[in-house]
Amino acid sequence: MSAPGPFNSNAAAFFGGVKSAWTSVFFLVLAGTYIGMGALAHDYGFSSWWLALSSMLVWAAPGQVILISSLGLGAPPIEGAIAVGLSAIRLFPMVVALLPLLRGPSTRLRDLLLPAHFTSVSMWVESLRLLPGMPRERRIAFCNGLSVGYMSTAVTFGFVGYYLAGRLPPLFAGTLLFLTPLSFLISTARNARAMVDRLALVLGLILGPLLTYWHVGLDLMWTGVVGGSLAYGVHRLREAAR
Amino acid sequence: MNSALAELWPYLLLILVGYLPNEMWRMLGLVLARGLNEDSEIVVWSRAVATAIIAGVIAKLILFAAGALAGIPLGVRVGAAICGFLAFLAVKRSVFVGVLVGEAVLLLGGYLFAH
Repeated sequence: MSAPGPFNSNAAAFFGGVKSAWTSVFFLVLAGTYIGMGALAHDYGFSSWWLALSSMLVWAAPGQVILISSLGLGAPPIEGAIAVGLSAIRLFPMVVALLPLLRGPSTRLRDLLLPAHFTSVSMWVESLRLLPGMPRERRIAFCNGLSVGYMSTAVTFGFVGYYLAGRLPPLFAGTLLFLTPLSFLISTARNARAMVDRLALVLGLILGPLLTYWHVGLDLMWTGVVGGSLAYGVHRLREAAR
Repeated sequence: MNSALAELWPYLLLILVGYLPNEMWRMLGLVLARGLNEDSEIVVWSRAVATAIIAGVIAKLILFAAGALAGIPLGVRVGAAICGFLAFLAVKRSVFVGVLVGEAVLLLGGYLFAH
């Protein structure tokens, strides 16, 4: 697919972005993810509006899953906050990589606030693919439209999952709830191309439940720091051995 | 706790536990937007940490299930996740096929081995 456009105005670029979002493969991915998220929020005792607000403010599916599951299971808030913070470090290099594409000679910092907040995997992948073929002065508007398209999809299907979870028979509601861990497991495995990421995935799968079972405080933080650092250490040793 | 505070409490937690720890990295990226290579060591390490955390959450959601999922036996939940993963590996690394197979196994197993 070539880059959409040309757009005569920022409004046209914005709606072009919304359209791009609703017709991209991420539409289906987000719909499935957020149906599962809705079921999760329902079964862990949150309201549907709380979920909608979390989708708009947090706007990172892994962070939201950690938030809902840790608070829902009654973990101390500080544990949840540390785990969410550690899971979100990846957003930092993503924003850093995105901004040079958006920034022009007359761009003000406040124009970049929204695109920075909107930065998430779906928006980032599509922006890096589509923005280079577009005039610089329309890119921020397009990027915001793209993000609004994705975010509205997430919020809408979050409500759908939430209401389905409350009305389906238990077996089907359980299936809906299973969507989150299952799709996260498989998509994380697909994204883990390097050996270090695959090892981190396996170590996390083992350490997470083990530390919980042993009642280790801050279990998610230790899962991440120990599992991730071990995987990184093995990666460094292998690099050095080459 | 009075009722107004009790109602606002989940939203306060949403800001403090969800929004701020997540958003600070985006804002840091905005402020310190100097070039950072995808392959730089700190990025590799932070990706590994994030991957391990997500994996930990996934395993906990499956093993220590709550809500409607807790009604489906543990063996069925684990078996369904393994089948879904194997299907993903077998069929062109398709996430869609993996999720579909995993869900089908869970549904079937849940139906056959209901508590």
